Amino acid sequence: MSEDSKNKATFNVPIGPVHPALKEPILFTFKMDGEMVEEVDFAPGKCHRGIEWMGMRRNPVQIVHLTDRICGICGVSHSLAFAKAVEQIAEIEVPERAHYVRAIIAEYERIQSHLLWAGVAAHELGFDTLFFLAWRVREESMDVIEYLTGNRVNYGIIQVGGVRRDFTEDQFPRIEASLQYYEDIAGKLLNLFLEDKTIQIRCKNCGVMSKREALELCTVGPTARASGVAMDVRYDSPYAAYGDLDFAPVLPHQYLGLTNGDVYDRIVVRLLEVVQSIDLIRQCLANMPPGEVLWEKKYPKILAACKKATGEAVGRVEAPRGECLHYVRMDGNPNPQTWKVKASTYSNQMSWLKMLKGEQIADIPIVVASIDPCMSCTDRVAVVRHGRTDILTKADLHRLSVEKTRRLAQWS
Amino acid sequence: MRLTKAFNRSLWVFHLNTGSCNGCDIEIVATLTPRYDPERFGIKLVGSPKHADVLLVSGPVTRAMADRARRVYEQMADPKVVMGIGSCMSGGVFYDSYNLVGPLEEHIPVDVFVPGCPPRPEAIIDGVVKAIAKLERLEGEGK
Ligand code: SF4
Repeated sequence: MSEDSKNKATFNVPIGPVHPALKEPILFTFKMDGEMVEEVDFAPGKCHRGIEWMGMRRNPVQIVHLTDRICGICGVSHSLAFAKAVEQIAEIEVPERAHYVRAIIAEYERIQSHLLWAGVAAHELGFDTLFFLAWRVREESMDVIEYLTGNRVNYGIIQVGGVRRDFTEDQFPRIEASLQYYEDIAGKLLNLFLEDKTIQIRCKNCGVMSKREALELCTVGPTARASGVAMDVRYDSPYAAYGDLDFAPVLPHQYLGLTNGDVYDRIVVRLLEVVQSIDLIRQCLANMPPGEVLWEKKYPKILAACKKATGEAVGRVEAPRGECLHYVRMDGNPNPQTWKVKASTYSNQMSWLKMLKGEQIADIPIVVASIDPCMSCTDRVAVVRHGRTDILTKADLHRLSVEKTRRLAQWS
Repeated sequence: MRLTKAFNRSLWVFHLNTGSCNGCDIEIVATLTPRYDPERFGIKLVGSPKHADVLLVSGPVTRAMADRARRVYEQMADPKVVMGIGSCMSGGVFYDSYNLVGPLEEHIPVDVFVPGCPPRPEAIIDGVVKAIAKLERLEGEGK
């Protein structure tokens, strides 16, 4: 230690790639100057399953089930983006009612995903009570999703040409009950997350990204909106039922009066989007037209239409984490000739490099989590200091984070 | 459940993601939250495999993670049990991928499989109960 302070040598901290509750195990390397992060590098790809490659050997009706499993949290966004691209190529017209069903389930997905994130963020700060509360509240949306689609995760409801299940009138009371539940508890959640002193001191002015940087780094979704970029695929190029709904992108200044682009603003945006989703689902329920929900009930006919199709298309969807984009090219074969997926975390990843620079080691978990990469926290850190290796476990990192919270709480 | 003398401590769990779609991981965390609350029985997630009795593995074992799975397994103290969570453990929907080296049991011994894509939290808890029984037997045998 004494040597460190004398010559101020930087040291490297590799983190990963084994992370609990993480979509993509990632290897981070932090170049540290004392407590300060000087440089960040990361190597994703540990989770590569070759989904696109597999998809190019399957037909579109099979692929929608594969898209569900790209990500277990925002599976609907992926299947929706893929189905949209294929529908455009094959000129399949989706029934009006299916658009509404798609919007409803996409909004439920957003509610559960944002609450999941809010819980993880609270856990990173050492606020486990709030973590458990957020996940307890989230179970309500999981129940409704299960009630409507038959599964808690990987709903398998989207199909090329519509949806596989209709939401019927007799299901509406249950949906309305859950919306009522969320409406009642939203104020409490906003109060707990936003007015709490601990959260404020840890999240304000932490991991800041300006609007300009957000644009330059091509961030998407809540990460970009928290920096003041009014960008939302649902609003900018409406799909499903969003064209008929009345809403606008959520920006932090609507609540706070100003935009800082820090971690706190990202919490604000996500929580307000939960509130917005309640309203959007209500609007969908009120305006749902009657009719079919699938272009063609017989799957072989859908397949035949896909097989005949030639051309290329892009399907864009606002996933809970931001824009999710699928590019598909069909060339008259049952399987697509090309299928390319760009998930939202892919666009947001690069902002880590900017946000983490100059932050302290204890801030790494919350800043990394703030873009919602489904990463709860790191599992194992090896600090290599002059050839000597100290192993910092996830628990140690977590402890550092908790200690910082306590320290700050004492000072203020 | 009566905990035998052989098994007289809480069950600590380490979770390893070997390239899963996150569906199983989220259900594992959901299992640990108040709705199901297995912490009543002392079951909790820990941050290091060295502290764990049970290794929960989710995901289809990608090429990059196979070696890590082995290393994590080796770091755990005996007696230990391994639980495989999710159907894609043995390929499942990803059966024909080029980057998967599963199934898991080719890399580390697996004691309990919990099928489902993803399995419900109740199913995971049921799997843990089976793991406890196995651990008790292992301890009884002095392994
Ligand atoms: S079993 Fe299904 S839900 Fe679980 S990780 Fe595999 S694909 Fe995802």
